[in-house]
Amino acid sequence: MSKERKVGRREFLKQGSMLLTGAAASSALAPGAAAQNLAGEPWERVYGAAFTLYGERSRFEHPVVRRIVKRYGDFAPGSGVALSPIESLEGIITPSSLHNVRSHSGTPDIDPKRHQLVLHGLVARPMRFSVDALLRYPMVTRIHFLECSGNSGRALAPQPTQAPAGFLHGNMACSEWTGIPVRTLLEEAGVLPQAKWLLAEGADSAHMSRSIPLEKILDDALIALYQNGERLRPEQGYPVRLLLPGWEGNMNVKWLRRLKLLEEPMYTKDETSKYTDLLPDGRALQFTFEMGVKSVITKPSSTMTLPRAGLYEISGLAWSGAGRIRRVEVSTDGGVTWRDAALTGEERLKAFVRFRLPWEWKGDEARLQSRATDEKGQVQPARSDWLAQYSPANTFHNNSIVTWSVGADGSVKHVYA
Amino acid sequence: MFTLKRTAIFAALGLVACVTPPQQQSATRAPALGVPMSADELAAWDISIPPSGAGLPAGGGTARQGQTVYDQKCAACHGLKGVGNPADALAGGKGTLDSKTPLRTVGSYWPYATTLFDYVRRAMPITNPLSLTNDEVYAVSAYVLYLNGIVAEDAPINAQTLPLAKMPNRDGFIDDWRPRAAR
Repeated sequence: MSKERKVGRREFLKQGSMLLTGAAASSALAPGAAAQNLAGEPWERVYGAAFTLYGERSRFEHPVVRRIVKRYGDFAPGSGVALSPIESLEGIITPSSLHNVRSHSGTPDIDPKRHQLVLHGLVARPMRFSVDALLRYPMVTRIHFLECSGNSGRALAPQPTQAPAGFLHGNMACSEWTGIPVRTLLEEAGVLPQAKWLLAEGADSAHMSRSIPLEKILDDALIALYQNGERLRPEQGYPVRLLLPGWEGNMNVKWLRRLKLLEEPMYTKDETSKYTDLLPDGRALQFTFEMGVKSVITKPSSTMTLPRAGLYEISGLAWSGAGRIRRVEVSTDGGVTWRDAALTGEERLKAFVRFRLPWEWKGDEARLQSRATDEKGQVQPARSDWLAQYSPANTFHNNSIVTWSVGADGSVKHVYA
Repeated sequence: MFTLKRTAIFAALGLVACVTPPQQQSATRAPALGVPMSADELAAWDISIPPSGAGLPAGGGTARQGQTVYDQKCAACHGLKGVGNPADALAGGKGTLDSKTPLRTVGSYWPYATTLFDYVRRAMPITNPLSLTNDEVYAVSAYVLYLNGIVAEDAPINAQTLPLAKMPNRDGFIDDWRPRAAR
């Protein structure tokens, strides 16, 4: 039986090669025939590539990559950030492979068969869940942005850095997340009345941990298992992460291994010595969880060049940790006049909104800005107003208006205004 | 007219009765697959130390003992005597927080000494976390506090004394987790 099969396969291949030979032969018999005059690039004249098990983008798109900033150099290469190239992306969903990454001690290689999520503290029934168990719970799917609270800290250098928008503002991304409302698991464990906070802890080698008000957990927190339809990527917390829509990226604890109900915050290293916002008088704001209303023009943006005068589309992203985006205005004259941009996705809470505005560039100098307003009426602040609130050393929660200048030569530069 | 008709059809099919609020669904329809854990099992997981010091383990150490640990396992990143580079400075910076170039260290910025023990035990040294003994964590915490003039070189630092360490910037933080629109 098996021998017959092998022969059959060999026969098939032989027939195939005969067919190919035949095709070459017939073409050789008709030099200058009409077929040769038909339009057709080289790839239209050869059989295409075979199927692949896991898809890959075009080789021509390979230059579109994240930019990596290692906080401590090669000594700790997984501590730092990978910044999303927002200037090369469109729409509102960030491809998982180009999602920003902020990790404190690298990406752990977690075996989902061994990983456990422990739920304890002020609960009636402390318990643990295997990943297989979690996968059996009823799930919800939502689109939400994630933004590191240090995003746009690179736009606070004494002089404006001439770098692509993604390097300055790409410590953020937006995905479709699927998982279990945290409250489902809390109901199972039975939260005691005195519980007011919840500590979330990761299974990375930093055991990253943050305290979260229970109010937020009961509102919209998710135990996320899927991102953009597939299981979480390791860099995004595989096999399970916490998702706190609209709140500081680092609080969305990746590689989630433990949830502890508490009466008061734990005052962990990452909610005291880091992720606190220094004020001019030397005091610091603590627990500034929500990400402010913000927008950035991605196209055209810093380091790009407009080849010639004519019609362009100004396109960018807007988001707010407080809810929906209600309005995005765009200025091409440095904030003197503003026009409303068209929005895509504005019906969603705490998600990227794509804004667009057609712009006729006449070849003069221009200053492009965008200004977002959310459903709570919060307006993205001017850079000077934002700076006045904080110590010059504070790099967290910069949601101020971004300015790109366009020169008469079409070059787009990062400027402070 | 159409809406009325559709409602009538749904009612006739009994579909309206099936619509329950989502919250009730999650409460009543989850499979309840959590496995109970005993206090003994939890002890190995619960590594968080709050400002009260609850949960600090037995053992202890002094700054003098901690210097040996620090010089061997911490100084390569944090510098001798906690001056920093490439990793964060751990000492100094007192009185700089309201300047144009504030230096935020354990001594000048951190509000609680318990956080130091918690973080060293859970995450340090960065290339070999969870490798220090509790005595070593106490001792190296004592050394970093000593470098900042917070404890004496031979003061015993343990579960009782660590939470009492008086941190200079203890009152330097303003809790503000209200929604931004409410500020």
